[in-house]
Amino acid sequence: MKITLRIWRQRSADQPGKYQTHRLENVSRDLSLLEVLDQLNEQLISSGERPVSFEHDCREGICGSCGFLVNGQAHGPRAATSVCQLYLREFNDGAELTLDPWRAKAFPPIQDLMVERSAFDRLIAAGGYCSTGTGQAPDGNALPVGREQATSAFSTATCIGCGACVASCRNASASLFVAAKLAHLGQLPQGQPERARRADAIQSQMEAEGFGSCSSNLECEAVCPQEISADWISWMHREKRH
Amino acid sequence: MTHGLPDPRIPTGPLADAWQRTREGLPLISPLRKGQMDVLVVGTGLAGASAAATLAQQGYRVTVLSFHDSPRRAHSVAAQGGINAARSVAVDGDSVSRLFADTLKGGDFRAREAGCQRLAEISSGIIDQCVAQGVPFAREYGGSLATRSFGGALVSRTFYARGQTGQQLLYGAYQTLMRQVELGRVQLLTRRDVLELITVDGIARGVVARHLLSGELEVHTARTVLLCTGGYSNVYFLSTNALKSNTSAIWRAHRKGALFANPCFTQIHPTCIPSGDVFQSKLTLMSESLRNDGRVWLPKTPGETRQPDSIPKEERDYFLERLYPTYGNMTPRDVASRRARELCNAGRGVGPGGRSVYLDLTDAIKAEGKDAIAARYGNLMTMYERISGDDPYHKPMRIYPAPHYTMGGLWVDYHLMSSIPGLFVLGEANYSEHGANRLGASALMQGLADGYFIAPSTVTAWLAGTPAEDVATDHPACREALESTYRRISQLLNSEGTTPVNSFHRELGSVMIDRCGISRHADGLRQGLEQVKALEQRFEVEVRVPGEASGPNAELEKALRVKDFFGLAQLMLRDALAREESCGAHFREEHQSDEGEARRDDVNFAHITAWEHMADGEPIRHSEPLQFTALQPSTRSYK
Repeated sequence: MKITLRIWRQRSADQPGKYQTHRLENVSRDLSLLEVLDQLNEQLISSGERPVSFEHDCREGICGSCGFLVNGQAHGPRAATSVCQLYLREFNDGAELTLDPWRAKAFPPIQDLMVERSAFDRLIAAGGYCSTGTGQAPDGNALPVGREQATSAFSTATCIGCGACVASCRNASASLFVAAKLAHLGQLPQGQPERARRADAIQSQMEAEGFGSCSSNLECEAVCPQEISADWISWMHREKRH
Repeated sequence: MTHGLPDPRIPTGPLADAWQRTREGLPLISPLRKGQMDVLVVGTGLAGASAAATLAQQGYRVTVLSFHDSPRRAHSVAAQGGINAARSVAVDGDSVSRLFADTLKGGDFRAREAGCQRLAEISSGIIDQCVAQGVPFAREYGGSLATRSFGGALVSRTFYARGQTGQQLLYGAYQTLMRQVELGRVQLLTRRDVLELITVDGIARGVVARHLLSGELEVHTARTVLLCTGGYSNVYFLSTNALKSNTSAIWRAHRKGALFANPCFTQIHPTCIPSGDVFQSKLTLMSESLRNDGRVWLPKTPGETRQPDSIPKEERDYFLERLYPTYGNMTPRDVASRRARELCNAGRGVGPGGRSVYLDLTDAIKAEGKDAIAARYGNLMTMYERISGDDPYHKPMRIYPAPHYTMGGLWVDYHLMSSIPGLFVLGEANYSEHGANRLGASALMQGLADGYFIAPSTVTAWLAGTPAEDVATDHPACREALESTYRRISQLLNSEGTTPVNSFHRELGSVMIDRCGISRHADGLRQGLEQVKALEQRFEVEVRVPGEASGPNAELEKALRVKDFFGLAQLMLRDALAREESCGAHFREEHQSDEGEARRDDVNFAHITAWEHMADGEPIRHSEPLQFTALQPSTRSYK
């Protein structure tokens, strides 16, 4: 099939960016969008141009490295799908796709479609853990966790840290990311001792990083590749803070 | 040195509790002194993150290097099925000795029994550790930990978190690591590619790393270096590994003197989504837990054109069930892969180019209902549908073997120390307990055993016994490592060719999968060696690496990695050629029974091969003999 890619090109954060358009003929419908970028890059390299920079690694939707806007939608039009799992068969022959990086104050641009998301690591460092050391663990069966409780905790623990929730929010809020982590640990017995401190510390860090407050438009839930429910944001707001 | 190797330091006396005895005899260091000792950890997968967090908890000053933007991206995240542990809670008779025996037997008696025993003993504590971190393992209704059985095992000892076990275990380790970062005990350096090992007086004392955004080369020195950098399946180009997984850190260490053990032991995973277009960049694994409920089959007639649901049962060949009545669809990975390849080569395969077999869940869906199957494998089913465009609830999945895991790696002794003193190697990067073939759900177990429980004791023992001065970053050894890295980068950037790196990597991969994949023979291996040498020469002249040394340059990163893969590929081919037997995942066509089963040679090859790099000339092959006391080598049979 034929496809036109209109890609945001920006050499570095301190230089202005602009769109560059490339037409590709005869690309297979069975390629992922990232594989189309690979193909484009091989052409650019052979003709002496700078290839397009984008983050990627596992290419099976689990590492959370990849992510950009496809026609304004984080990870593109398909629900529950990160952009590495978005195949051309989702689009019509001759489609034009505009690719933009995540744009958020807390995610500074690096190059082209790459941005820096280390703010997420600092949110986790602020309290996204159970303070336990190696060798101090009791028997794993000592604290029973009901199946439904375990399943619910799991459903929030699946967040891959891609940043789509932030990129899709008009306030660039990290509420869904934070709520998911608080809900993961807050629903399990292991997470109880630090529950209030954790909620306090991560939400303070979220403000310090420059993430906005929840815009309540639920776009975060719509774009989340792991389909984490925005109900957890309400749950988070009910969590006690110091 | 025995047989050209350092002492593997295998404990003497009874096998059971040998690790406990060893540990109790190891020297300790006071917490105050630990605070003055720097430790470098490279990689943040299960092995690296767990080791770094635990060493920091002990009081060391830990620096962690990762080429990712965040430790959470490490490829351990993609492990799906589960983690083994012998907890003898179920009533199916599992025990430490059974897990030990399964690991040794599954590895086709090409691993050290003391290592397998230790792994089995530690396994149970790993689960407790992960639960305490908040890993949401699957639970029974009553609240106790759930288990399932997994490829190659007759007991139910695999703990899991839906099909995302690796992700959940990694996040547990990552969060524990980030806590240590917050406490100021770990310096986390992301987006750093380790390109060279620094040795001073023959002892590992640091690394050269390239900052992947600025392009700057940095020297990091420490009292000891831990490489936790994963496996090298990407030598095949198309594999289940993440695209940036590479061999560079261990390959550079090998060139600095670390012996490389059994490089030809690479596992080809039977249940992957097959390849199609030339620009396809990876093969995606479907957890083999699917084989618990899925049935593998092919049409009996070659060249079958009907859709799978219109082929009646009696015209289907459930070939694993037919050939291996006891294990059936649960037959170990290498055996299942080989049978699939043979049948496809014989023209029985389905799908584009006849390069796939059916994995069919329709019987299980009929018996248990769609919801039950979705609860077990929901994310896998969705993933398959996304990639293939087919609905696996209604149509059998198509699968084909793909390179997945590398049992080979840097040679380590019982303390996980390589032949370079002070250089420890953990997780998939080392050659250790999996022998010639790894059992399902054992990789996560080994990575975490190494990182949480083994290295923290043995690294301390090394540091206690080896007083040393700090190494300044302008030490001649550092300057030399830095300069040689600069030279390698300049050479690549100055090449005047026009061909992108990927093109060479694809070609390398196709030679390797053909010559050194599921099945190997002497002529093919020799030809493969010539092909790889010729390709490497062409790469030097024809490659184009655009851009500069400074700033982000993904093509330069790839070129450095592919250059190292050329060296490794040649060593793999040599190793496969020298090992004149079939064992585990290494199948030499010359060494098979009349029925096509692997023929192991315990008289001549019951050893670990360890290759020594030579600056000039061919590498030297050493061997470490394997002794078996608890379990005598038997022929692997899954009939």
